Amino acid sequence: MLPPIQLTQKHSGIRLFIMTVFGRAYPRVIGMQREKSWLFFDIFVPLLSVSAYVFVYRAIGAPEDYVGFVVVGGAMTAFWMNILWSMSSQLYWEKEQGNLALYIISPASMMAILLGMALGGLFATLLRAITIMVFGSLIFNVSYHLVSFWQLIAIFSLSMIALYGMGMMSASIFLLLSREAWHISNLATEPVYLISGMYFPVKNLGFWGSAFGSIIPLTLGLDAIRQLIFESGPSLGFLSVNIEIFILILLSVFYVSAAKFLLAYIEKLAVREGRLTENRR
Amino acid sequence: MRNSISLRSFLSASWLGWKIESNWTDPFLFATYSIIKPLASAGILVLMYSIITNGNFDNPMFAYLYLGNAFYQYVPAVLSGISWTIIDDREHYRTLKYIYIAPVNIPLYLFGRGVAKFITGSFAVLITLLAGFIFLKVPIDINQINWPLFILSLILGIIMLALLGLLLAGITLITARHSYYIGDVVASGLFLFTGAIFPLEVLPVWLRPIGYALPITYWLELLRRSLVGNVAQAFPTFTQLSNLDLVLILFLTSVIAGLIAIYFFKKCNHSARERGLIDMSTNY
Repeated sequence: MLPPIQLTQKHSGIRLFIMTVFGRAYPRVIGMQREKSWLFFDIFVPLLSVSAYVFVYRAIGAPEDYVGFVVVGGAMTAFWMNILWSMSSQLYWEKEQGNLALYIISPASMMAILLGMALGGLFATLLRAITIMVFGSLIFNVSYHLVSFWQLIAIFSLSMIALYGMGMMSASIFLLLSREAWHISNLATEPVYLISGMYFPVKNLGFWGSAFGSIIPLTLGLDAIRQLIFESGPSLGFLSVNIEIFILILLSVFYVSAAKFLLAYIEKLAVREGRLTENRR
Repeated sequence: MRNSISLRSFLSASWLGWKIESNWTDPFLFATYSIIKPLASAGILVLMYSIITNGNFDNPMFAYLYLGNAFYQYVPAVLSGISWTIIDDREHYRTLKYIYIAPVNIPLYLFGRGVAKFITGSFAVLITLLAGFIFLKVPIDINQINWPLFILSLILGIIMLALLGLLLAGITLITARHSYYIGDVVASGLFLFTGAIFPLEVLPVWLRPIGYALPITYWLELLRRSLVGNVAQAFPTFTQLSNLDLVLILFLTSVIAGLIAIYFFKKCNHSARERGLIDMSTNY
C-alpha cells in the first residue's frame, strides 16, 4: 500500500516521474480489485474466442502447430487490446471526463501518466495473456519446441517496449481527436489482427504485405516467438529471428522517441488550439 | 397513451443513436470505416482457410464458415449497440439519470439506441456477402434463395439478439466500465458454441449441448439453409430437422432467452437503482 500523500513534501525530476507512474497505475490496479467482473469478461470469454479459431483449424484439418499459432496469437491480442482501449483512446476518455486538463495543469509528466496507465493495465493484460497461453496449451495439447530461451525473452521484451511506445505515440495523437478516437480504436481491431497474422503465419501475406504489417511491433514479435517455440516455426517465419530482433530494436527506439516528441508537440498544439477541454458531443 | 410513450421512446432513441453513430465524420469516411472492419474480419478466416486448403474455395466447408461469419456480424453489432448505451449515457454523456426520470420506456429506449448499430451491421453483412459472392465464388444463387424463410429467420433472429442485448444491458447497469465493449466480448465468446464458423460436430461432445441450447445456432443454420440449402445439408448437425422444425426451435429458444433476459434486466435495473448506480462513473 502506498504511503499517504504529504502535502508539504515537494517532488520534482525523476522522483516526481516515478510517483506519477505509481499514482496513475494505482487506480487501475485497485479498480480491478473492486470490480471482479473483468475476470470473467476480460479473461475467460476471450479464451472462448481463441478456442473458436482453434476449432476452425481442426475443422479444416490443419497441422497441429497451427493450433499453437492461434493460442500464442490469441494471447498476444490481449496486449493490442490494452494498447488500443487502455492507452490510446483512454486519453480521449479522460478528456471527456475532465481529467485531461487536470493532468496538464499538474507538474507531472504526461509520459509518466501514460506509463502509469500502461503498467496498471498490464496487470490485467498479462493475466489474460498468461491464462490464454496456459489454458489454451493445456486444453488443446499444444506442444512447444523451445529453440532459445534468451532470444525469446529478448523478443518479448522488445516487442512490448516497441508496442507500448507505439501506444504512447498514438495516445498523443488521440489528444487532438474527438469522438473519432473511439471509432478509430474500434476500427483498429480486426484489420490489425489480419495484417499482424495473429491467427496465421504472417508470411502468407507475401513480402510486402508482411513488411507493411511489421509497422505494428506485434507482427515481428509474434512471428519471432512462433519461430522460437514451434517446430515448424522457422519454416513458416517471415524473416530470421536475428533480423527481427534488430528491426524490433529500431522500432523500439523510433516509437519511444516519437512518443516523447509527439506528446510534447501535440500537447502544446492542443493547448494552443483549446482542444484539451473541448467536448464535441 | 402507454403505447405512444413506448413508440416515442423507441423512435427518438433510434434517431438519437443514428446521429451519435454517424455524425462524427463525413459520409464517405463513415462508409469506408464500415467496410474495412467486416472485410478484415472475413479476411482472417479466408486466409486461414486458404493457407490450409491451398485455396480450395469450392468445398462446402468454405461456404459454411463464410456465410456463418458474415451473418454472425449481427451478433456483436446488436449486443453492443444495446448494452453499450448504458455506459455511453451513464459515463460519457452522463444523461442516463435524466432518461430515467423522463417518461421513457427504458427497454424500448435501449432497443432504439441499438437500431443504428443494426443498420451499420446490416451494411457490413451485405458488403461481406457481396465480397464473397464476387471474389470468392460463394455459391449463392439469387433464384434459389428461399426468401420467405430468409426474411422470417432474419426478423426472428434480430428480435432474439435484441433481447440478449437487453440482458447484457442489465449486467452493464451493475458493473463498472471496462476497457471493452461487453457485447463484443460476449459475442466473440459465443462464436465458439454457435457453429458459426465450423459445424458443431467439431466441438467435444460435452460442449455441444451449449450450442444446442443457444438460439443463435438455429438462426445461423436457417440463414444458411435459406441462402444455400445444399451447402447447409452437407453437414450432419441438423440434417434430421426440417426448416419448420428449425423455425419452431428458434422461436421457442428465443422466447425462453427473451423471458430470461427481461427477468434479468428487471432484477439488475432494480439493483442498480437501489445501490445508486444509475449515475455511477468508473474512470480508472
